[in-house]
Amino acid sequence: MQMIINILNSMPGAVAQGLIWGIMAIGVYITYRILDIADLTVDGSICTGGAVCVMMMISGFDVTTSIIAAIIAGMLAGLVTGILHTFMGIPAILAGILTQLGLYSVNLKIMGKANQALNLKKYDLIVSLQYIRNVPFYKNTILIIAVFSLVLISILYWFFGTERGCSIRATGSNLNMSRAQGINTNFNTVLGLMLSNGIVALSGALLAQYQGFSEVQMGRGAIVIGLAAVIIGKALFGKLFKNFYLQLLGVSLGGVVYYIVYQTVICLGLDPDLLKLLSSVVVAIFLAVPYWKKKYFSKPIKGGAANARTV
Amino acid sequence: MLELSNISKAFNPGTINEKIALNGISLTLNDGDFVTVIGGNGAGKSTMLNAIAGVWKPDTGKVLIDGIDVTNMPEHKRAKFLGRVFQDPMMGTAADMEIEENMALAIRRGKIRGLGWGISKAEKEKFKEELKFLELGLEDRLTTKVGLLSGGQRQALTLLMATMKKPKVLLLDEHTAALDPKTAEKVLNLSDKIIREHNLTALMITHNMKDAIKYGNRLIMMHEGRIIFDVSGEEKKNLTISELLDMFSASSGTEFANDRTLLSNS
Repeated sequence: MQMIINILNSMPGAVAQGLIWGIMAIGVYITYRILDIADLTVDGSICTGGAVCVMMMISGFDVTTSIIAAIIAGMLAGLVTGILHTFMGIPAILAGILTQLGLYSVNLKIMGKANQALNLKKYDLIVSLQYIRNVPFYKNTILIIAVFSLVLISILYWFFGTERGCSIRATGSNLNMSRAQGINTNFNTVLGLMLSNGIVALSGALLAQYQGFSEVQMGRGAIVIGLAAVIIGKALFGKLFKNFYLQLLGVSLGGVVYYIVYQTVICLGLDPDLLKLLSSVVVAIFLAVPYWKKKYFSKPIKGGAANARTV
Repeated sequence: MLELSNISKAFNPGTINEKIALNGISLTLNDGDFVTVIGGNGAGKSTMLNAIAGVWKPDTGKVLIDGIDVTNMPEHKRAKFLGRVFQDPMMGTAADMEIEENMALAIRRGKIRGLGWGISKAEKEKFKEELKFLELGLEDRLTTKVGLLSGGQRQALTLLMATMKKPKVLLLDEHTAALDPKTAEKVLNLSDKIIREHNLTALMITHNMKDAIKYGNRLIMMHEGRIIFDVSGEEKKNLTISELLDMFSASSGTEFANDRTLLSNS
């Protein structure tokens, strides 16, 4: 009985955290699903976002300016990966790893040490784990992050419907076709990486405020959590959510489901040390499922050979 | 309209795999020329088209389109002058995007892509009309993902996308080679119709000698990176396959070495 109460009590926190990571997962969605690049920069840029936001606030800037600065810092990280990939010809995965590693030092230099606390009493934060209960509803962290997510999804929905946004989608879908239609694929790849990492840094800025500190390790394995949210979103809501707006919403909800499961298994007494292993195993299996389906379970099409060459 | 002067290109220079793909090619296309290109395996046909499209920079020589030197212009920039259809039906369209989205991308070729809406209502109507021309029933499937179409449908759509915004030069790189004979003929007829109706300047690589003679007003034959043969007008109209083969062995000193061509010349 006590365990169930524990689980229920931890749910609002799980939802809040899940929504924050959901924003991060939307960033991952842009690179992984739209640009068709697995961008590992995010492990570093989420911490960059947190670090910049915290240090700006400590230096006396207001929360809005600090968040905007965090987004810009994330975009710069994406720019670096983009230049490594397009201008310097480094494979995307490696380019992301190089930036991520470099960002470890950058993040340490931004913060001056491995972690920096942000005292809720001293600073005017917009989200915090203490704003989940016993606050007026308009100050409730879950509501605020949900609004953040919806605004972000709306902006992205608009952007990917514009001429430029469409050309980024084409770049991710078919490089040859894009170039033949006069699309600067290198520019679009860099732009997509910047957009993605800007969003990831935003989630880092919110996460740092939520937990009350930023630390240099906070992005470890972020890409896996992001991918998990993308995959969960598709697995649970894919049949229902076809349209782009709803797909992004599905990613955000995927983050929430991930954290609800995460909190539940912790409350059930799973050793927290094992959680990262569990995450990577789950993501690995989910990534393998479509491949296995295709390889072992695809049904032969009726009269396949005869129809294979007809229009 | 299109002018190639002394274009050379070697792949893997200085290695054991060195291959001189183009050996000082010069070619001038006049306005409205529809040129068919034929040649053995590795003759440099696709390499020549890629040199025009700017897939890479030639080692020597110049490419002029409409009097503009595009030799150093990157692929996506010179795309505004060109319409391209590839051999692989998967290559010319974005599979994850809808038919109308693909067409909207194509109609903006050469334009700066800003933050205006990616596709307008008026355009959707226009695309419907354009698709009717293909007679494949695609006009009722504007929001279908292109990945769900067959190879022939995709190739026809690519053709439409390449020509909707009138290109200075249309490049067809064996665009029917991956299709079954019936579909290939349909796409080929469609290409011919579009080229004639819009009075386009076109270069079409084909592996089928009969098609090379049947279509276009000019025929060039390539061998080992050179143009060995260039006929047009009445002379081209009256060519026969056996004459072509004879001319090939006379100018190259070897037999025509392309199994596909020989098998498909009936």
